Amino acid sequence: MAEFNIDETVDITDVVCPVTFVKAKVALEELDDGQILSIRLNDGEPVQNVPRSIKEEGHQVLKLSANEDGTYTLIVKKVGD
Amino acid sequence: MAEVDYGTLKKGGFMRQKQKDNFSLRLAVVGGTLTAENLKKIAEVAEKYGDGYVHLTSRQGVEIPFIKLNDIEEVKDSLAEGGCKPGVCGPRVRTVTACQGSQICPSGNIDTTDIANKLNARYFGRELPHKFKFGVTGCQNNCLKAEENDVGIKGALDVKWKQEACINCGVCAKVCREDAIAIEDGKVNVDYDKCNYCGRCVKSCPTDAWDAKSAYIVSFGGTFGNAISKGEDLLPLITTEEQLFRVTDAAIQFFADNAKPSERFKFTIDRVGKDKLQEVLKEAYDG
Repeated sequence: MAEFNIDETVDITDVVCPVTFVKAKVALEELDDGQILSIRLNDGEPVQNVPRSIKEEGHQVLKLSANEDGTYTLIVKKVGD
Repeated sequence: MAEVDYGTLKKGGFMRQKQKDNFSLRLAVVGGTLTAENLKKIAEVAEKYGDGYVHLTSRQGVEIPFIKLNDIEEVKDSLAEGGCKPGVCGPRVRTVTACQGSQICPSGNIDTTDIANKLNARYFGRELPHKFKFGVTGCQNNCLKAEENDVGIKGALDVKWKQEACINCGVCAKVCREDAIAIEDGKVNVDYDKCNYCGRCVKSCPTDAWDAKSAYIVSFGGTFGNAISKGEDLLPLITTEEQLFRVTDAAIQFFADNAKPSERFKFTIDRVGKDKLQEVLKEAYDG
């Protein structure tokens, strides 16, 4: 993830939908406009739904990449307060 | 008392009950939508002229049971004040059903309510050799069961990948249930032979990297009564509303021209030939 300066990370692999999104949303609320959050999420429903939900909240999804352990890393830039 | 014309009453939505001189009044409902004003009047009529309750029909309609023969005219006038009209029964175009569609539902690919209203304006009550049912469902989840209808319309999305907005996250390929998306060297390739136009790729995309246009998949000859048969898709993807109505016009005209009395569309298609219908539909499809 060298191409982004991560300000904060959150792991949502320990919860299930819809708490996955809620946890990510709360983490984003803690950040300032323009800061970058890295989210670790599970395959399946979370990876299919969370990126879109975050986009619909108005934030910018920068990247989604697969990790070796079957999880994913989603990089999001906070937009607005 | 003059002889009762049950045929006319039935046509006007008054369904004869087992109980003598009692009718279950069917109301016209389009796409399952009634206003609060409609509902207030329906409640009032059910209390005053009926038995204080309504029945919700299997096709999104409302019936008010136990309307008395002598009250029929009064009931019609009263309902009209609340913007309600009687429905129909018998050999004609029936209630057009619809799910809530793209105006309300996140999964919706088309404005089902609008399409249902337009179908209703075009065909409702049209006299035919037998009953004829239209149903409009917003997407592949098919909550409205499009294929149960003589003509079923299913909302679809005609999708095209937009390279410039894509961040290559791969979510579209993951959500695709038809295995129609392959990502190679940063390019998203859609196999349109496999694509069923469900739109999941578009709806899951976190960067709006798709051009998506509402489209329609239409099935013909569904029936779910005494005989059960699923309507069949006989055309490629329909991409405009004009094209859709050309096709529905052609289908209903084919039925009017070819059906025997009391023959459902499915059996007309079987008897006259699916290829014959397909020919007529294709012509309408091509304009």
